[in-house]
Amino acid sequence: MVRHQCACKILQPTNTSPDTIAGGGCFDAEETGRKTIGGCMKDSGEDRCSGKGRCGNCGGKTAGTFGPCVLSQLSQSGVEMKGWTESKFLLSCNKNPLCWVTELHHPGEGGKTAGGNSANTTKSAKPAPQKKDNSSVAASERKGGDRQTDKDRKKDVPHPRMQFDDENRVEKAKKRSVVKQAEARNRVELFRHLPQYEHGARLTDLESKFFQLGPVHPAVYKVGFRYLTGDISGGNARCIAMLQAFQESIKDYSTPPEKTLIRDLTSKINCYVSFLIECRPLSISMGNAIRFLKRRITSLPLNLSESEAITSLVSDIDRFINEKIILADNVIVKHAVTKIRDGDVLLTYASSSAVEMLLLHAHELGKRFRVVIVDSRPKLEGKMLLRRLVGKGISCTYTHINAVSYVMHEVTRVFLGASSVLANGTVYSRVGTACVAMVAHQFRVPVLICCEAYKFHERVQLDSICCNELGDAEMVSRVTGREDINSLDGWTSSENLQPLNLLYDATPSDYVSMIITDYGMIPPTSVPVIVREYGREYLLI
Amino acid sequence: MWYRSASFILDKQEQQRKDAAESRPLSPVSTAMTENPSANVSMYYQTRAAHHGVVTSDWLAQAQAAVAGNAEDAAVENNASAGEEKGKKFSVVDEFNNWRKQPELAEAVAAIRALASVIRSSQAKTMMELEIELKKASDSLKSWDTTSISLTAGCDIFMRYVTRTSALDREDFGSAKFRLLERAEKFGEISYKARRIIAMLSQDFIFDGCTILVHGFSRVVLEALRTAAENKKLFRVLCTEGRPDRSGLRVSNELAKLDVPVKLLIDSAVAYSMDEVDMVLVGADGVVESGGIINMMGTYQIALVAKAMNKPMYVAAESYKFARLYPLDQKDMAPALRPIDFGVPIPSKVEVERSARDYTPPQYLTLLFTDLGVLTPSVVSDELIQLYL
Repeated sequence: MVRHQCACKILQPTNTSPDTIAGGGCFDAEETGRKTIGGCMKDSGEDRCSGKGRCGNCGGKTAGTFGPCVLSQLSQSGVEMKGWTESKFLLSCNKNPLCWVTELHHPGEGGKTAGGNSANTTKSAKPAPQKKDNSSVAASERKGGDRQTDKDRKKDVPHPRMQFDDENRVEKAKKRSVVKQAEARNRVELFRHLPQYEHGARLTDLESKFFQLGPVHPAVYKVGFRYLTGDISGGNARCIAMLQAFQESIKDYSTPPEKTLIRDLTSKINCYVSFLIECRPLSISMGNAIRFLKRRITSLPLNLSESEAITSLVSDIDRFINEKIILADNVIVKHAVTKIRDGDVLLTYASSSAVEMLLLHAHELGKRFRVVIVDSRPKLEGKMLLRRLVGKGISCTYTHINAVSYVMHEVTRVFLGASSVLANGTVYSRVGTACVAMVAHQFRVPVLICCEAYKFHERVQLDSICCNELGDAEMVSRVTGREDINSLDGWTSSENLQPLNLLYDATPSDYVSMIITDYGMIPPTSVPVIVREYGREYLLI
Repeated sequence: MWYRSASFILDKQEQQRKDAAESRPLSPVSTAMTENPSANVSMYYQTRAAHHGVVTSDWLAQAQAAVAGNAEDAAVENNASAGEEKGKKFSVVDEFNNWRKQPELAEAVAAIRALASVIRSSQAKTMMELEIELKKASDSLKSWDTTSISLTAGCDIFMRYVTRTSALDREDFGSAKFRLLERAEKFGEISYKARRIIAMLSQDFIFDGCTILVHGFSRVVLEALRTAAENKKLFRVLCTEGRPDRSGLRVSNELAKLDVPVKLLIDSAVAYSMDEVDMVLVGADGVVESGGIINMMGTYQIALVAKAMNKPMYVAAESYKFARLYPLDQKDMAPALRPIDFGVPIPSKVEVERSARDYTPPQYLTLLFTDLGVLTPSVVSDELIQLYL
């Protein structure tokens, strides 16, 4: 292998035979098959130049640099070189190796290089603030859709989520991660793009690091830990816990010297968010809340003192929690209670905070109804709901999801909660919800979804595969309290067995009769209307 | 399905036992109905019947007296005791009734005219006072007839307009009042214009040689057909009898005057004739948030048959009929009952289904012709969100 010395003289040639030409690139034409040789290895950590640019001649993408050596070859072959000096590098075009350009992009600058930001695992955390900037500046008078230029639209295309089946990216993300996690074995092929880790190891590792985690505030650390153990679950609870942890960290924040509050705080929040993602992937509602927080930070007026800024942010977070979650729940309950009549049999699945509030309120109002709670393994969340409802004196029936078509003929209404509602009316919720909604639709029982408006998202999802979350596979194979059912013990050693524990699924909008939000009762086709009309409002508050 | 299941029977028995045990705490309920003596019978449908001349006003008075004898006495006492404070409220309802008697005037427009008269006769000095008065008048109108959707929707729209303009208003009170009155007048014109706009929009859908099935007596639909006839289009109309209103007879009268070939069907013959029909055209009493419509009893049936046979169903409705209701099934609405005359006396043990209207879900409707344009059912919610939120 012939190595030429890079014109910046960093890489030493391994072969200094006299017929190698001094100055110039990394790999020979024979090696790569292309005439592009050369490239600066400085700072890239790679043995291949990743300097990129555009050919000034034909506009094609370029691969590497030509060093002065090749130049001599070119001039020998009679190609004219205009304006070239020894100090400039030439970038050759992938299309035509003799095409050249005088621009040079240093490797790692601009654009999205491989390995990305693992903080962008949630969909539009980053590009969205940019989008709002563009549209609000460009078309603040115009209501509704603004035409964006192609450039803006490209910025809107959200950064592709972390692809866990791509080896390179996973390696890079691991180097950057705080929580050391071992990937699970025996993974289902179809879901390789989602992260799955061995459950037990993470906890002890995280515990031991508690006092060493400099960059992460202890409140955020605590919340992350509780996510890992499964202590906090449920969209609203997780969101509130996260926002309160951020509140604590903002209260304790002080701007380091030589840095601006806005930038530094934003980077700190990014750091916390990536930590939380490593503990447990963010839900869509949490993504919306983070977007809101970042927007508030960036829109802080520059002349505010630090303490004023901090108090303003803290009160903003309080207001968000109050208005968008707590008060919204009250409004939802008020609307939904009108749909419960005396003598109704209501069915609900797993445990949703909004539906629980609704049932308790309806009972307080004196309506007479009974409840059927459908539950499913491995989480068995319905048991807690059952306990709370029976404690208040509501007559309940408890059954497993296997029997849902058996009970459905008695049911008059189905109330379900949602983790998020997407732009095409699809409801993204706990796995099993789609099943219940489908059976209800078949029996012509109306299905009502109770969901706060901050959980709406403009994403569209057609199936439950492309975006989901994988839980602990151990939970599927073991039944707590029944040690005699142990046929799946030792599943890790079997190569043919791949347990799958999905946490979410997508219910198509045809099965949903109505969505009850804090903006009223709307049909599922009107979700993008709410996002359009009020999406801007709550980001700017 | 649940109604037949064991749990329902048990629940119902329990309910009956409870009712028997609780005896009679019903008096507060009757005194609440001072404004509308005939709570069992829907005033809205009675008025429509009065327009058709099928039910005479004497009959109406007799029916009212028969149905709610005690409540009426209680009402009289309440009136006497309340004195002049109720005078204004009553004048709203009276005004409304006066306007409503005119057959060409839509319900919502009558309501708005009544509210305009409240503004005219009000002695408020500030905008807030006027708003409060209007709110009270609108509430009393709504409670007077809870079954009429366009009435409720019309009141809501006007109140919405009032609160919106008053927020932007910086002029003195007199000119603000004048502006509100002007708007109320304009609304009446809007209503007439709405019918014309809808008629114009529907011309594209009525082609030569088509057969249209019509149900219920809708002035909007009649306007559309009249315009088509004036444009010398060749089409024929099948109209259902529409018991118990017998609205079909009225429609066929009107169409015969226009020289449009019309054929009357009994309600049961809809499926039989659906083969030769090209489209179904109905009006609406109200358009609900899901995009479905509430219309005269029988519309849902026709919609089901049309869907099964792949015939398009079009609804002609003005935009002020959009209401913030969302029924989940047929029984989820406020009941609107009306008397049905079978021609022979029915033994008292036999129950009669007396509901006057039904709800057609949006999946059976193809398009809505409104004065906002030709819309699909999902757009209704969009419009409502923009209007009310």
